[in-house]
Amino acid sequence: MKYSFKIINNDSYTRTAAIAALALSLVCGFIVIGILFLAKGINPFYAVWKIFSGSFGSSYGIKETVTKSIPLIMTAAGLTVVFRGKFWNIGSEGQLLLGAAAATWVALKIGQSLPSPLVIFCMIIFAAIFGALWAIVPAFLRARLSINEVISTLMFNYIAAELVSFLVIGPWKGTTKYGYPYTDDIPASVMLGHLPDSRIHYFTLILAVILSIIIFYMLFRTKFGYEIRVTGENREAAKYAGINFLKTTLLMAAISGAMAGLAGFGEIAGIHLHLTSPEIISSGYGFTAIIVAWLGKLNPLLTIISGFFFAGILVGGDAIKLSLGLPAATVQVFNGTILVFLIIGDFFLKHRVTLIKIRQ
Amino acid sequence: MRDITKAFNGTFANKNINLHVSSGEVLGLLGENGAGKTTLMNILYGLYRPDSGSVLINGEDVRIRNPHESMNLGIGMIHQHFMLVDNHSVLENIALGFPDSPFFFPDRFIRKKINTFSEKYGLYIDPDKQIWELSAGEQQRVEILKALFLESDLLIMDEPTSVLTPQESIDLFSIIRRMKDEGHSVILISHKLDEIMANCSRVTVLRKGETVGDSAISDVDERSLSRMMVGRDIILTFEKKPLPRGKEVLNVENLHVISDRGLETVNNVSFTVHENEIFGIAGVSGNGQRELIETITGLRKARSGNVSLFGSSILNKSPRVINNRGVTHVPEERIRFGIVPNLLIYENAVLKHHHSHPFSSIMFLDYEAVKGHAKDIIEKFSVSAPSINVPMKSLSGGNIQKLIVGREINNKPPLLVASHPTYGLDVGATEYIRKQLLQRREEGGAVLIVSEDLEELVGLCDRVGVMFKGRFTGIVDPSTTRLEDIGLLMTGIEAGEDS
Repeated sequence: MKYSFKIINNDSYTRTAAIAALALSLVCGFIVIGILFLAKGINPFYAVWKIFSGSFGSSYGIKETVTKSIPLIMTAAGLTVVFRGKFWNIGSEGQLLLGAAAATWVALKIGQSLPSPLVIFCMIIFAAIFGALWAIVPAFLRARLSINEVISTLMFNYIAAELVSFLVIGPWKGTTKYGYPYTDDIPASVMLGHLPDSRIHYFTLILAVILSIIIFYMLFRTKFGYEIRVTGENREAAKYAGINFLKTTLLMAAISGAMAGLAGFGEIAGIHLHLTSPEIISSGYGFTAIIVAWLGKLNPLLTIISGFFFAGILVGGDAIKLSLGLPAATVQVFNGTILVFLIIGDFFLKHRVTLIKIRQ
Repeated sequence: MRDITKAFNGTFANKNINLHVSSGEVLGLLGENGAGKTTLMNILYGLYRPDSGSVLINGEDVRIRNPHESMNLGIGMIHQHFMLVDNHSVLENIALGFPDSPFFFPDRFIRKKINTFSEKYGLYIDPDKQIWELSAGEQQRVEILKALFLESDLLIMDEPTSVLTPQESIDLFSIIRRMKDEGHSVILISHKLDEIMANCSRVTVLRKGETVGDSAISDVDERSLSRMMVGRDIILTFEKKPLPRGKEVLNVENLHVISDRGLETVNNVSFTVHENEIFGIAGVSGNGQRELIETITGLRKARSGNVSLFGSSILNKSPRVINNRGVTHVPEERIRFGIVPNLLIYENAVLKHHHSHPFSSIMFLDYEAVKGHAKDIIEKFSVSAPSINVPMKSLSGGNIQKLIVGREINNKPPLLVASHPTYGLDVGATEYIRKQLLQRREEGGAVLIVSEDLEELVGLCDRVGVMFKGRFTGIVDPSTTRLEDIGLLMTGIEAGEDS
């Protein structure tokens, strides 16, 4: 007697089932993470409590969480577009860094000589353009030469990171920074304002929320959004319907890249005020945003919530790193585990799996 | 094979079929698409189990449960699509399916064996070439070699020449003849009468799941085979008003199109379609119909020739431009091309038209208009759907097709192109869609249909062009042409060639 799994598509699931699947995936993820904590000799309940009290349990924690949610919300909203079009852009990290570099460059070049609103406007435009360019190149390679975008966008991250490293220790190295790998600070006039006693650069936060709403309407109310969804769901039908694959792919990649670039602008003008090593500019926001987009079911309104949630995990992760003496990679392990379980949960939601006997 | 019966969901694919092959014999298996040839061969190859009936090999009753057992019994199958690993060499591909290679220096052993077979059967091939470097004919040789390595006595070849050039076909048949001389048996599945006549010693003809003929090749000719294959029991039930042909809508002139494989699949085709006319394209699939339709609708570029609509050229324009000029298209493989299964019904109801008035302004889609349109189509074309807010894939095949036809026909397009419009549909949906096509004709539209269903073409069309190997072997008036003559044209025998 042999056994085998029979997998049937099940598309008629209810909203309740979808929420249950989501909750169950998160619970399973936390159980696995708990086992890892146990292996380290740490009470997992204590650790999880520490994480959430670190991020949501104090006013400082909440402020930090909001601060970190800004780049996540921005980037994830862009990713919902490309993921709906089945263009697997894994390169948000690099696009964010390039946006950061472009914003810094603009601020240092013209920051002193032009009125600050104009400078900020130029920083935004340049960050968006450079972020977009960094996504358009792999998109072009994908649409014209069928080069796998997962590989190319991933590799573009490394190029962007090395480029930023090179700039900050080489040609852009600040004259006032005594040998640190920093550029000079951007002029005070173009720094973004913070909410009192916090690092929340509210301008970017508002921008991120507004853009998320705009992207939502774009996806579900415009011709272009319709074409993205058709292309993603059935490329053959898209061709039949006269949708231009190259144009659609380039445009959606550009949107995603531009959003990541804007997140980079926010990190420069709102937090760091200068360009520095890539790992300081972005603590993996581009990668975490992938999970945020997924947890938000590729809906740019839900990603605002999931972005906030994951920012909490980032902040809480930092907290337990210090208080429990865990390695720096803990947060990544955390995020990765959650993503895997979200995907598994989605699979079980959309398929019915039964064990059947095979008669020999 | 004795009294083989196999039914799928209550429809018989095979009904009491008998088939026998002696050693050293090439048997032709003939039949239209859907006649049950493939089902029968899959039973022999162990992919399906028959509902009743038995398979005897060398007089012994055997039960073939999977392809592996079938191979052990000396049955080899060459599929239409080759089962080879592209990035491996010929030698590696052969070794992959071969269980008895020695532990030491297996490649030397296999190389030697390849050379013996090559000499014996004329199967020349370079064992070190990668599969992707080989032509279709060479890949087929690798498949034959694989079967020979497994000591197959009986080789089943499914439409072996459909992917070959004429020269490669000639080579293939010389290989088959040498195998026959060595005592191997071959079952040759084909639509091409001339191939069967030239290479087989016996022929079995299937129609609608039943054996309709089994005779020595010397007892039949192409005409009688064609008659067996197509049958004559056709009762036409269409109500078609006689209408004078209107003015010319579509004009295709000397069109040449290249297929994905780089072969010329549409070879100098010319025809016209007029108002108040249904023009049908008959032919066994794979003879260039698909490429012809794709070129007319803008999905494929032509190499030369011209396609014009109302006198102005639409050749190599984009699908959207051609659609806007008034050519709508009901595509073949409706689920793959015609709809987006995961999007909702109302979103599918405007696919292709979403960019035009009244559904969209410069940027926004007017979802109220879209939903209204979807409701309209569902009502007008009696699509049975729970609501317009469910994913398209929850509809049955017939309802999906009704929606597509409705979507394409609703605006009364000057030219409607429909590929296999009723393929795989139940009787009710089929009849409904045929009525819609006829109504379009009465309203003054031009309709171009591609179908493999001769009954359908003869019943609906005013003129039928028959395609074979990319050419039109004839354009006939179905009301005055015998079905068997169309059958002959479909197999490449042009009128006047036979006596």
